[in-house]
Amino acid sequence: MVDLSQYKKDFPILSRTVRGGNPLVYLDSGATSQKPEQVISAEGDFYRKHNAAVHRGAHLLAEEASAAYESARENVATFIGAKAAETIFTKSATESINAIAYSFGNSDSSSKFSIKAGDEIVVSEMEHHANLIPWQQLAKRTGAKLRWFEVTPEGRLDLSKLSDVINAKTKIVAITHQSNVLGSITPLKPITAAARAVGALIVLDACQSVPHFKVDVKELDVDFIMFSGHKMLGPTGVGILWGRETLLNEMSPFLFGGSMIDSVTMTEATWAQLPQKFEAGVPNMAQAVGLSAAVDYLNKVGMKNLHEHEIALTKQMLDGLSQIQGVNIIGPVEIKDRGGVVSFTIDGVHPHDVGQYLDQHGIAVRTGHHCAWPLMRKLNLVGTTRASFHLYNNADDVIKLLDSVSEVQAYFKVKI
Amino acid sequence: MELDSLYQAVILDHYRKPHHKGLQSGFDIQVKHNNPSCGDEVTLNLSISDGVIKAISWDGVGCSISMASASMMSDLLLDQSYEDANQILAEFVELMQSKGQSQGNEALLDDAVAFAGVSKFPARIKCALLGWMAYKDASSQLMA
Repeated sequence: MVDLSQYKKDFPILSRTVRGGNPLVYLDSGATSQKPEQVISAEGDFYRKHNAAVHRGAHLLAEEASAAYESARENVATFIGAKAAETIFTKSATESINAIAYSFGNSDSSSKFSIKAGDEIVVSEMEHHANLIPWQQLAKRTGAKLRWFEVTPEGRLDLSKLSDVINAKTKIVAITHQSNVLGSITPLKPITAAARAVGALIVLDACQSVPHFKVDVKELDVDFIMFSGHKMLGPTGVGILWGRETLLNEMSPFLFGGSMIDSVTMTEATWAQLPQKFEAGVPNMAQAVGLSAAVDYLNKVGMKNLHEHEIALTKQMLDGLSQIQGVNIIGPVEIKDRGGVVSFTIDGVHPHDVGQYLDQHGIAVRTGHHCAWPLMRKLNLVGTTRASFHLYNNADDVIKLLDSVSEVQAYFKVKI
Repeated sequence: MELDSLYQAVILDHYRKPHHKGLQSGFDIQVKHNNPSCGDEVTLNLSISDGVIKAISWDGVGCSISMASASMMSDLLLDQSYEDANQILAEFVELMQSKGQSQGNEALLDDAVAFAGVSKFPARIKCALLGWMAYKDASSQLMA
């Protein structure tokens, strides 16, 4: 197992104690990751030393702020193998998805992005609400039909009806790169091939992938990806929308206002070049700079090392949970094409009660439907308990969780 | 342990063997409430005649707190007058908002004072109130 133990000390929050006086065992990075001192300092230093509105102002601070913001963009773009012009700062991945859904929905009927009755939009049953509801509502507004891939009992995407789900009517395929509940990684090749064959646009929700393993947009045959800064050691309030330059150039902006214009009269406006065209208003500069520091940090650790580390912990968790009677792993038990997210249920104990017990022992997990309610309904579950990893977790964290799971069964007097 | 103040034995008893669970037919009104943050659901059937709660039954999925609370609520409210039931409801809501400062009025709440510990766990207050809010909704619609 690759040794990442030297990094944990960089995360100040991980040295605090929590309920019951216990040291914190943070297993909720799928919801949000913790931040290293380097990121906290970078965001703070921007405010302390360089704060000014970017791309405007004739003073030194404005120059420094603009340089820091644009260099953050370069850094994040390089991290995903993209060009800076195609890499747009938003306030969240959720905003990124909504931005393109609204852009498509607002398009002229002659535009290639226009969605109308008779068109089809494809998602999957394992989408996070953020990659379901914007498309569901776009379909409602336009009269298009929402289609979806189902999930197999094992917790993989069911591609057996691929040629039916993606067909000549398909305009958009919006799919997650990795399920935030099941941990399963989407096999993209057959999906992108089918989408390309019918000329559909491909949107990839990369919220659970970019923070955990190397993602290069040049290697993915997709048109848009989005991810959030706060899940990848960065600050809250910053997300990324990446899109192919040719497409972004042809698309209409969704948010209008300052910064995103080329010229304005009382009755007309024209748009700035990429990426400013999609960044209306004074942007989240300090957060972008913080995200850039997070990218530096991840580069220092190495995404390959990080992935290997998380896979080792995931395997340890899956093996451990498999050996406890009355515990069900929700998602693939095989480590193949799987990320560092492990959902499970304990017979006779509701996930919320599991989470409460774990919290009392310092272990922070997520419980409930994980913003994937349709998936829970499909799996006939009210919710799950989910442990998710990042680089600061270690084998002891997994052992503590496994021990506590057995204690939960005793505490709630589950008959095994 | 702090946790024991949340999971009192009487709460876990009601969770394992809930009362009035299973929807009865012949109701005056049916309401369905859920807790969107965790997915818990309660469906409640209620009949009120001559100002008295004649029948109350419920079904649902949820954690020990939400299910036990719906169970004890049904015990407490059945055969009460609408006015008395409202007083019990108000007392329970006040207990939940007490941030651990109240023991609860046992004369009104009986075993449900066991939920006093819940008020120290902000994330669980909505669980304890799920069934009660379903009752409040159903009864106020009936008595409107």
